[in-house]
Amino acid sequence: MIRSVAWRNIWRSPLRSGIIIAAISVGMSAGVFTTTFTKGWMNQRLEAGVETEASHIRIQQPKFGENYDLKESIPNSESLVNEISKLDHINGISPRIVIQSMLASAETGTGVKIIGINPEKEKTVTNLHSKLSEGKYFEGVKRNPILIGAKLAKKLKVKMRSKVVITVQDASGNITGGAFRVCGIFDITSGMFEETNVFVRKTDLARLLDLESSVSHEILVHLDDTELIDQQSLLLKNKHKNLLVQTWKESMPELGYINEIGNLYTYIFVIIILLALGFGIVNTMLMVILERIKELGMLMAIGMSKARIFGMLMLETVLLTFTGGFTGILLGLGATYATMEKGIDLSDYAAGLEDMGYSSHIYPVVELETLVTIAILVLITGIAASVYPARKALKYNPAEAIRTE
Amino acid sequence: MNIIEITNLHKIYNESEVNVHAVNNVSLNFKEGEFAAIVGPSGSGKSTLLNMLGGLDEPTDGKILIDNTDLSELKSSDLIQFRMQNIGFVFQSYNLIPVLTAKENVEFIMHLQNRPKKECEKRTMELLDAVGLKGRENSRPSKLSGGQQQRVAVARALASKPKFVLADEPTANLDSKSTENLLEIMEDLNKKENITFIFSTHDQRVVNKAHRVITLEDGKIISDERKKGTGSDS
Ligand SMILES: Nc1ncnc2c1ncn2[C@@H]1O[C@H](COP(=O)(O)OP(=O)(O)OP(=O)(O)O)[C@@H](O)[C@H]1O
Ligand SMILES: [Mg+2]
Repeated sequence: MIRSVAWRNIWRSPLRSGIIIAAISVGMSAGVFTTTFTKGWMNQRLEAGVETEASHIRIQQPKFGENYDLKESIPNSESLVNEISKLDHINGISPRIVIQSMLASAETGTGVKIIGINPEKEKTVTNLHSKLSEGKYFEGVKRNPILIGAKLAKKLKVKMRSKVVITVQDASGNITGGAFRVCGIFDITSGMFEETNVFVRKTDLARLLDLESSVSHEILVHLDDTELIDQQSLLLKNKHKNLLVQTWKESMPELGYINEIGNLYTYIFVIIILLALGFGIVNTMLMVILERIKELGMLMAIGMSKARIFGMLMLETVLLTFTGGFTGILLGLGATYATMEKGIDLSDYAAGLEDMGYSSHIYPVVELETLVTIAILVLITGIAASVYPARKALKYNPAEAIRTE
Repeated sequence: MNIIEITNLHKIYNESEVNVHAVNNVSLNFKEGEFAAIVGPSGSGKSTLLNMLGGLDEPTDGKILIDNTDLSELKSSDLIQFRMQNIGFVFQSYNLIPVLTAKENVEFIMHLQNRPKKECEKRTMELLDAVGLKGRENSRPSKLSGGQQQRVAVARALASKPKFVLADEPTANLDSKSTENLLEIMEDLNKKENITFIFSTHDQRVVNKAHRVITLEDGKIISDERKKGTGSDS
């Protein structure tokens, strides 16, 4: 019965309750939409980062990352690849030669990471092959084909079929160079990656470096279930203690934190909105209580305990807040679903985003967990906002309260 | 046996350096089944006395025993509980819960007492019947006349099965017809169910119905008369 009284009390002043409910729902719909928008954005970055750049698990010699020393190759990499491919849930596995070197066009040169891959095996661990804006994946050029990023092509002023020269120090320490021809240009969200990574055939690079073609500096592993990444990586870690086994979160820590940072930002945003709304709610409830002193006095007189009066006012505040919060969440979800299909194109306003690996065309994503968290935050706001007004209501002595007009 | 014993009761309000002695050394007893009016000019202390008697306000000095319980010895939470179980209240301005229907207003207090739902409903209907509001049980207070609202208030006061009912000027806002009607209902309940009513009033017609008339002036009792044939004296 107290529940029903609390609910009906809200509608005693439909305009006043309506205004605060509207304020809460506008605030919360903004909060929810920002959350789904950010989530989509971060997911896109994550997907691009993992599926194009990092794959799921990377294996290297522990010291290789320090200065990309040619000699820090994985011992017996072929048998290791064989062994890993026999494990469960392995989707693909690709050994690579990786060096840091100079890449020069006729016009200019720059330092890049040159990645020697087996084109077919690489297809099973990254989606690079599907990201070509021009040319074909290691087709069309017979000798020394190279894939470069769109950004780098622009920087080096090269086009399809242009010649570029890689200058390296080979295994015996001699400086040597090799001419490669652009067979494809890849265009991905991360401008940074485009600018600093090029792909050649592993066999071509081995020949240039005077290495056995079986030599590998890193092995990328792709699983059929992302949930199992940590588990499988731990398995490999324990088995190969002399090697550095890293999940994508470890090999690209900035990607690993992206979810947490995205969530943190949106929660801070939602909390700030709720804080502001909280003051509005407190104000509304103080007005409500001021108007109802006489009635509250009567309730105390006839024997409603302070705890129950407190509970009733708290319930009223929470119901008010939740009505607004719930409407707001629905509105925010509505906005999300309305834009989910086509996405939101920010490229006109935010050209710099792509340099940092963030897409400028964003598809919002709904995540139950964040919605539940927002709902809980709304609930907490309602409870917190009710404490002060409700306490104030209990200060009156019943005789005094009843005498007020 | 007395259900209420008041001894040497004082209430002094400190209003900007002037002390108002609103109730001055009042001693009074009430027995079960009384139908007593407290009268006196405005400011004579009627409301103050009733408020203290109902445990809504604390005396400055003196003692109130209700069924041998000293009100001043109860903790504030126990006092609320005590009021709920022992005292029915009727207020001058009805003070019903506006969002509840007549029936729900009566049920509300029984709900606070955690009585079983069936019992609540049965008693509510009986009480609304007794105050002549059968058929109006689903109306909200705003749809009822002042007289009808006050009758709901009487039904509510009785719902908790109190030992006595306190009513501070219950008819002050009512027209003469409603006043007469309400008094009849109260008298009837007093006679048939032996319910104790203590009410304050300005209205001579209400005074005439009372079986006992206590007159206050400047916070003191100046007379306490019982009418013949009312059986509440011993
Ligand atoms: N809360 C208070 N603070 C200060 N003085 C008060 C307070 N309540 C009552 N008084 C004073 O105490 C005296 C008695 O007041 P009370 O309300 O009991 O009189 P009353 O007999 O009920 O009057 P009325 O017939 O007008 O209702 C008055 O002088 C009044 O001004
Ligand atoms: Mg009075």
